[in-house]
Amino acid sequence: MENVVASIDTDKNEKSKSLWGHAWTQLSNDKMALTATVIVGVYLLVALLSFMGVIANEWSAEIGPSYAPPSADYLFGLDIFGRSVLLKTIKGAEIAMSIGFVTSMISVFIGTLLGAVSGYYGGKIDEFIVWFYTSFSSIPSIMMLMAITLILGKGVTSVYIALGLTGWVSLCRLIRGEVIRHKNRDYVHAVSSLGGSNLRILFKHILPNVTHIMIINFSLQFQIAIKSEVILSYLGLGVQGRPSWGTMIDDSKLELARGVWWQLGSATVAMLIVVLAFNILGDALRDALDPKLKGKS
Amino acid sequence: MNIYAYIVRRLLYVIPILLGVCAIIFILFNVVSPDPTLIMLGKHASVEQMESLRRELGLDRPYYVQYLDIVKSAFTFDFGRSWSTKQEISSMIANGAVPSLTLTLPAFFLATLVSISISLLVAFFRGKFFDKFIVFVCVAFMSISSLAYIIFGQWFFAYKLGWFEISGYEHGFPYFIPYVILPIIIWIILSVGPDVRFYRTVMLDEVYQDYVRTAKSKGLSDKIILFKHVLKNAMIPIITYVVIQIPFLILGTLLLESFFSIPGLGSMTLNAVNSLDFPVIKAVTVLSAVAYIIFSVITDVLYTIVDPRVRLN
Repeated sequence: MENVVASIDTDKNEKSKSLWGHAWTQLSNDKMALTATVIVGVYLLVALLSFMGVIANEWSAEIGPSYAPPSADYLFGLDIFGRSVLLKTIKGAEIAMSIGFVTSMISVFIGTLLGAVSGYYGGKIDEFIVWFYTSFSSIPSIMMLMAITLILGKGVTSVYIALGLTGWVSLCRLIRGEVIRHKNRDYVHAVSSLGGSNLRILFKHILPNVTHIMIINFSLQFQIAIKSEVILSYLGLGVQGRPSWGTMIDDSKLELARGVWWQLGSATVAMLIVVLAFNILGDALRDALDPKLKGKS
Repeated sequence: MNIYAYIVRRLLYVIPILLGVCAIIFILFNVVSPDPTLIMLGKHASVEQMESLRRELGLDRPYYVQYLDIVKSAFTFDFGRSWSTKQEISSMIANGAVPSLTLTLPAFFLATLVSISISLLVAFFRGKFFDKFIVFVCVAFMSISSLAYIIFGQWFFAYKLGWFEISGYEHGFPYFIPYVILPIIIWIILSVGPDVRFYRTVMLDEVYQDYVRTAKSKGLSDKIILFKHVLKNAMIPIITYVVIQIPFLILGTLLLESFFSIPGLGSMTLNAVNSLDFPVIKAVTVLSAVAYIIFSVITDVLYTIVDPRVRLN
C-alpha cells in the first residue's frame, strides 16, 4: 500500500513534458536527425580546428605534381599548383561553416528584432517595418547581394554582411505574426498587471515562446548561405585569396575537359553532405518543435 | 469587401512600396556606394576630370533630384544610357528579354509540369516507401550547388557526349532551340527538388480534408479523388506559387545564361556587374522589383477571386 502511495506522489511531482522535452524525445528517436546532427557536429569541429590552425594550415604548400590524380599519397588529388585538394576542402569547410554561422546569426538577429518590435508595438512602428520589409523583399535577393558586395568591396567580410542582410525577411514575417498572436494571451496580461515593462514582456516572456522559429530558420539560413557562397564566388564577388568550395567548383569549369574531376567532386560532395544534413535537421526540428504540426504526420 | 474596392486598395498600396524600393536602390547606388567616377577613371584621375565626369553622369545634382530620377524610371522605364556601352538601356533590355524568355518560358513550363506530376504520384503513395524516397531524393538534389550541375552537365552532355551546343546562340525560331535544350534540362533538375516538396505539401494539406473522406465514403476511387477533387482544390496555392515566379522569368537566369553564352538579361546584368555599370544594374533592379510588385498584386487579386473567403479579412 505504501508503495502505491509513493508512486502516485512521484507521478505528481514529475513535471509534464515541455515543448523542448517532447522535441528532445522525438529527435533522439529519429535516426536520420541524429546522423545529421553528428555530421553537422563533425563539420563544425573540422572548421574550428582549421580556424585555430591545428589542421590544414599548410594548404598552400606545393606537395606534388600539378593535377596529380587521387592516390594513396594524395588522397583527394592535387590542384593546378600541386596543392592538396583535401586540405583545400577542409579550408573550404572552415569558410563555409563560418559564412553559414555568421550570416545566420546576423539575419536571425535582424529578423527577430524587427519582427518582435513590429508585432508587439503595432501601430505606426508596425506599419513602417512592414513597409520596409515589403519594399526590401520586392528586390530579388541576387540583385541585393550583388549590390551590397559591389559597395563593400570583395572579400569574406562583405560576403558575411551581404548574405546576413538579405536573409532576414521571412523570419521577420513569421516572428511578427507569432508575437501578434501571443501579445493578447493571458500570461502577457498577467505579467503586465504585475508591472512588467514592455521590454521585459517582449524579451523575457514572449520571445522564449518563439525561439523554435528562430532555431528552425537558423538551420535553413545556414545552408542557404553555404549555397550562396558558391554563386558569389562564380560571380567574382566571393572569398578571395583562400580556398572555398565556391572557388574550387568555379576552378573546375576549366579542369573537367582535361579529366580533372577531383576538385569539383571533393567540393560538391563536401557541400552535399553538410547541406543535406542541415536540410534533414531543419525538417526534423520543424516537425519536433512546431506545435501546429504536432499530431499530424 | 467589394472586389473592386479591394483591387483599388491593393493598387494604392503599390505606391508606397514602389517609393520604398526606389529609396533602397537610391541609398545603395547613389549614397553609400563608392564614388563611381573614381572607379571609372582609376586612382590617378585629377579632380577636374572627376568633376566633369560627375557632371556628365548627373551625379553633381542634388540627392532629391537623383532620387526622383529613379522613381520616374520605375514608371516610364526610361533608364538613360549605359555607362560602358553608351546604349539606351531600355532598348538593351528589350533586346535581352527575348533570348531570356526562349530559355526561361519553356524551362519553367516543363519544370512545373514535371513537378506537379511527380507530386501527384507522391501524394498517391503518401507515407509509403516511394514517398519517403522521393522526398529524400528531392532534398539531396537541392543540396548540390547549382554551379556544380551546370559545370558537370556542360562537360558530360556537351563535351563528352557532344549532344548539345554550349555557345553560339542564334536568334529567331527555330534556330535557338539547340542552344537552349541543355540549359532547360539543367533548369528542370534545379527546380524539381524545391517544387516537388512544395507541391507535395500542398497536396497533402488537401488529402486530409473532410471532403476527401466524404468522397471516399461515397465509394470514389483514389484516382478520381486525387485528380478531380484534390488537384482542383490544390490549384489555389499552386497558382499563387506559379504566378509569383513569372517576373523572374523575364529577368532570365544569371548562371545559365552566362555559362551557355545566351545574350539575355541575365548575361547583361552580369556584364554590368563586372564593368560596374551602375545605371544598368539599377535598371534591372527597378524593373525586377516593379515586375515582382505587379505580379504580387495579380496573385492577391486572383486569390480573392478563386477563394472569396480571403476578401473578408
